[in-house]
Amino acid sequence: MPDARSGSLLANLMHFARALRAAGLPVGPGKVIDAVTAVREIGLTDRRDFYWTLHAVFVNRPDQRLIFDQAFHVFWRNPDLLKKMMGLVLPELRVEAEEDRGAAMARRLAEALHPNKGEDAESEETELDAAMTFSDREQLRGMDFEKMSLEELARAKAAIQKLRLPVQDVPTRRFAPDRHGARADLRATLRAALRSGGLIELKRRSPRRRPPPLVVLCDISGSMSRYSRIFLHFMHSVTNDRDRVHTFVFGTRLTNITRYLRHRDVDLALERVAEAVVDWSGGTRIGHCLGEFNRLWSRRLLGQGAIVLLITDGLDRDAGAGLAHEMDRLHRSCRRLIWLNPLLRYEGFEPRSLGMKAMMPYVNEFRPVHNLESLETLIEVLSAPLARRGTAASGWRQNEERAA
Amino acid sequence: MTSLPVTVTDTLALLGSADYIADRSLATAVHLALHLKRPLFLEGEAGVGKTEIAKVLATALQRRLIRLQCYEGLDVASAVYEWDYARQMIEIRLAEAAEEGRSEIEGTIFSDRFLIKRPLLQALEPEIEGPPVLLIDELDRTDEPFEAYLLELLSDFQVTIPEIGTIRADQPPIVVITSNRTREIHDALKRRCFYYWVDYPTAARELEILKRKAPGAGESLSREVVGFVQKLRGMDLFKLPGIAETIDWTEALMQLDVLELTPHAINDTLGVLLKYQDDIARLHGSEAARLLEQVKAEAAAAGR
Repeated sequence: MPDARSGSLLANLMHFARALRAAGLPVGPGKVIDAVTAVREIGLTDRRDFYWTLHAVFVNRPDQRLIFDQAFHVFWRNPDLLKKMMGLVLPELRVEAEEDRGAAMARRLAEALHPNKGEDAESEETELDAAMTFSDREQLRGMDFEKMSLEELARAKAAIQKLRLPVQDVPTRRFAPDRHGARADLRATLRAALRSGGLIELKRRSPRRRPPPLVVLCDISGSMSRYSRIFLHFMHSVTNDRDRVHTFVFGTRLTNITRYLRHRDVDLALERVAEAVVDWSGGTRIGHCLGEFNRLWSRRLLGQGAIVLLITDGLDRDAGAGLAHEMDRLHRSCRRLIWLNPLLRYEGFEPRSLGMKAMMPYVNEFRPVHNLESLETLIEVLSAPLARRGTAASGWRQNEERAA
Repeated sequence: MTSLPVTVTDTLALLGSADYIADRSLATAVHLALHLKRPLFLEGEAGVGKTEIAKVLATALQRRLIRLQCYEGLDVASAVYEWDYARQMIEIRLAEAAEEGRSEIEGTIFSDRFLIKRPLLQALEPEIEGPPVLLIDELDRTDEPFEAYLLELLSDFQVTIPEIGTIRADQPPIVVITSNRTREIHDALKRRCFYYWVDYPTAARELEILKRKAPGAGESLSREVVGFVQKLRGMDLFKLPGIAETIDWTEALMQLDVLELTPHAINDTLGVLLKYQDDIARLHGSEAARLLEQVKAEAAAAGR
């Protein structure tokens, strides 16, 4: 049994952990200690076991597996290394790994191992996707956002405070003391009784309420581009205003921008989004993107009774192909589906495009915005009380039914 | 008290002895969790055998299995402990009638006698056959506050009850946490665990599992079933079938006395394998027949 406490193994595990951290894995010093303990337990006898030991310690999420795998094979490439390590004659491993890196190595990892070449070692996977899967069918464009003035910022903050989505807070299964609550709080009752003695006063409690999770799906295609800034500001404000908010943008493809928007600084957040998203102001494939959302994200994000806010003008390049099906699925897996449409310019407009027709039957709430100029207007529209019969969506639906 | 396996190979054999065919990678993670006394965090799609690992560990090590099924709003009262209020009230009345002092009453009613122990507290108690296996199932179904509560329990294996004090386990239980990933679990919790992503098995391993779990099925039927399911997993379906579905499907086919897969037999039993109407509609009829042909052709090519 080799002595796993040996200085060189420790040093190399530290280097390895540092490389992983630079590649974006959340690896702290505690993990290195864990790794050493774990390696000592398993022993350095089998390369596969060594791999899975480090895997069990360093990997926390399924999407980290690929990075770990590549890092492991680059770092511990030489199969003799383990033997050498046992003999305690290990050269500076990191240098060696740097010299002969494989061609297929992920850029992120490359940057992690060569910190000087890439400034931003935390560059995101989405960026990689773009570089590798460029398709000539799409129009890939960058986006430049005007910086937000201080006054605008203050106004946005004030506006988001007023946001009241047309959805009630949902009761949780947790309780808070409430004098008029329907349930008896026996624990509190007993404590009070011990304190006072004599007559036992019954304490009460009622369920706590909290807003349901919110998922925003925002169209950023050409026809929507003049509103992009407003919507992104909206999404940024709402992400930082409450918990359990997830944000996606789509044109010809779907991009999860939740992480970028978590940045408190709005300009920085928008810059990151602008970098990460590659299909600004191109065409729209609503059905395709919703399908992708349904398959990859819906089960993870819509689990706890989420509300979906769909922001699109319903102009679909695929002419609504497959859209009805995906809308149906989306509608059935969330608590409420709210469609915000900024294109309708005058009252009585009927959704005529194929995309709109396909979507209309599946929304709970339809919110047209006639003249969208600012975040305030947007929030006002969203906070309006629940639609009654006779408003746009239901009226349109009735007309359709009559026609059919 | 059954002793813990000494090497990874032993761990693999231990799981095998209870009919769980594991990858060596999984055995490594289990081994680490057993020896370094840390929780094992298992993630993966539904039906790949995450919960089964805890059950198998309990059986193979002859330990008690304590299961905590998580759900939204799970709180301390139903997960850790609760006071038996009704009995406490009676006790107070009795004591008052006997004219006992306040401090005496307080001392009596907050004692072990009135404590209802829920799974997490039970798991900290010593057992004759050794520390129990604690299964915290589908952790993703709870909310964040409960996750945060688990932090203390899982790092120090202790629970604090304000009225009594801190209860500590002499020997930490073997903890297995599973998650279906309907939401992301916080890193702080994962950091305290050994992580393993349970994937769909390879064809060879799935065949081996099927032999153990549905021993009555013929060799050719098992091969066809596994081939077909593996083909399905390559498709773009809404919910891919797990190992549990493979086993269920094989048993359903055996019940119907099917000795060999036919398009007809598949159509009749597709509901056992696929759980979404869209997926079933897509497979029903010609698509299933096409896949089956491929499976048979491949089997014939391999057999030659």
